Amino acid sequence: MAEKAKAKAKTGSRSKTGGQPEYVQLLTPEGDRVEHPEYSVSFTDDELRSLYRDLVTVRRLDAEATALQRQGELGLWAGLLGQEAAQVGAGRALRPQDMAFPTYREHGVLYTRGIDPIMPFGLFRGVDQGAWDPNEFKFNMYTIVIGAQTLHAAGYAMGIQNDGAVGDDNGEAVIAFFGDGASSQGDVNESMVFAAAYNSPIVFFCQNNQYAISEPVARQTRVPLYQRAQGFGFPGIRVDGNDVLAVYAVTKAAMDNARRGNGPTMIEAYTYRMAPHTTSDDPTRYRQSAEVEEWKAKDPIARLGAYLNNQGLADETFLADVEKQAGVEAVSLRERVLSLPNPAPESMFDHVYAGGSHHLDAQRAEFVAYEATFEGGAH
Amino acid sequence: MAAETLTLAKALNNGLRKAMEDDPKVVLMGEDIGKLGGVFRITDGLQKDFGENRVIDTPLAESGIVGTAIGLAIRGYRPVVEIQFDGFVYPAYDQIVSQLAKMHYRSRGKLKLPVVIRIPFGGGIGAVEHHSESPEAYFAHTAGLKVVSCSNPADAYWMIQEAIASDDPIVFMEPKRRYYEKASVDLSVKPGSLFTSAVLREGSDATIVAYGPMVKVALESAAAAEEDGRSIEVIDMRSLSPVDYAPIFASVRKTGRLVVVHEASKNLGIGAEVSARVTEECFYSLEAPVQRVTGYDIPYPASRVEEEFLPDLDRVLDAVDKSFGW
Repeated sequence: MAEKAKAKAKTGSRSKTGGQPEYVQLLTPEGDRVEHPEYSVSFTDDELRSLYRDLVTVRRLDAEATALQRQGELGLWAGLLGQEAAQVGAGRALRPQDMAFPTYREHGVLYTRGIDPIMPFGLFRGVDQGAWDPNEFKFNMYTIVIGAQTLHAAGYAMGIQNDGAVGDDNGEAVIAFFGDGASSQGDVNESMVFAAAYNSPIVFFCQNNQYAISEPVARQTRVPLYQRAQGFGFPGIRVDGNDVLAVYAVTKAAMDNARRGNGPTMIEAYTYRMAPHTTSDDPTRYRQSAEVEEWKAKDPIARLGAYLNNQGLADETFLADVEKQAGVEAVSLRERVLSLPNPAPESMFDHVYAGGSHHLDAQRAEFVAYEATFEGGAH
Repeated sequence: MAAETLTLAKALNNGLRKAMEDDPKVVLMGEDIGKLGGVFRITDGLQKDFGENRVIDTPLAESGIVGTAIGLAIRGYRPVVEIQFDGFVYPAYDQIVSQLAKMHYRSRGKLKLPVVIRIPFGGGIGAVEHHSESPEAYFAHTAGLKVVSCSNPADAYWMIQEAIASDDPIVFMEPKRRYYEKASVDLSVKPGSLFTSAVLREGSDATIVAYGPMVKVALESAAAAEEDGRSIEVIDMRSLSPVDYAPIFASVRKTGRLVVVHEASKNLGIGAEVSARVTEECFYSLEAPVQRVTGYDIPYPASRVEEEFLPDLDRVLDAVDKSFGW
């Protein structure tokens, strides 16, 4: 499943459609480093290699998840293929004290936070609905209602301000993830109004992957999405979402700006959803393979691979080791997903209320008694 | 502290103040709640005393208010949200029903959402459209939310404090037509349990169950019925989800007759659930079908006809007669 990235990078020429968007880029699709007047990165060789390792691993785990769904082991999977650089770049730019509010696709961000990648699989397997403590991981539970989490992020950022935990280099900041489709949601727009009104320490990170299931981004907006920020009164910036170096640089600058007390930024990471929206989707019904091929040539992993290769930072041994370790993680993930226990049926009554409910206690007792009538039977 | 004579509005104001004094994590949020003190003045003077970080004037966006309250709760705060009028809560419906109500469950108990949503509700004030609605059943139908309503100043004072102290999200329905009615409030009283119904008047011939603004109507009806020689028991539900049924069942087993009163429409209203539960649990005690006196199944009408829409003493007594005539 894991494709050889290098082969792609050699594909020198590709057709350019008109109106190539303006964005911050530090690494071209061919793997050439380019400078930007405002944004730069200064990674050590080891750091560059670990970025590459994250990208490959995240893609490999995603592929494993898709396979698990196809084999009936997950109810659904929302893949991130093609968006690895946007997620790894953003995730690696966060500091431990920062709080992330994901959609349901930020498996790459989750991974870079050092969180066990199995964490969201309970949700997709159907054994729970998240079941983690957002504060323990500084990573909110996945939110499925489109855009709803951006308001939670804005509120959390208000809390940071109330706590006085903003205003210097060690301040806290929030990153709210959403997509191009969500940009039409009232909640996303309201979250920007709130963040602007209170000048809160928050970064709105929009992965524009060009599609909201089947609807192209043109159905959501007439202007480039990052330009919406101007109307709310804070900076918006577009970054090449398939360039992990640029995403890192832009996100880090925005987060640091926020933690110092300088308010919100919106980042539009211009990328492409190579996979279906979810495993239930069929993108052949609404997009051309030529378009997909064009984006393949901009692959986020291939370009970093090419750069490492050009710089003599990655030899065959390293590349093989990255593949091997990613495979080991994927196999471990698979085994652990398969052994996730089904919840006890009566546990569905748990945790509806923190303070409990006599009414529910009675209903649970009824349920348990009813279930008991089947014991030893075929139920 | 001795008892004071307070309006329901002032009792809520005192309760909010006490909650803010007791816990620095309590923050108030809403439209016009700062300098103005809210359109009903429930938060009057609180911003002056607690500052703009704890009494937060928000942008005019209800989903935004509730959504950011959730974020503040994740951060460890105890937000108390004011929705300006009942009919303006609907833009926040998704955040209340899909997020606030479900996040504790979603997290398997790892995340608590101690958010209170205060909603001035009900009619009878001659208002324009969207200012007189009774949306409580929408929220009572949603697992994960608790829904309560105060009917008098004394309860308002401690119930708002208990709601804020609760680790569950609470929709707190305030009877706006009773805001400026006065009663004696003992500010030193130990709060009761938020999720209990209360027998406000004992009787032996029939039971009237009501909540919020209709409790007063129920009590007046009982007093009038007494002149006809009927002894009516009146129960204030106070909590609409969960409902404390024990006193209701006990009363119906005693009286054999039940009338449920609310302003909200009859179809699938709180009265429908009470009627069903009483029928299930007290079937052999009932001398007549449970009677419901409610708003009609129409949009809240123009204010010049709202007196005909709203349950009043005559309609309640009519229902009592109907029960006895069965």
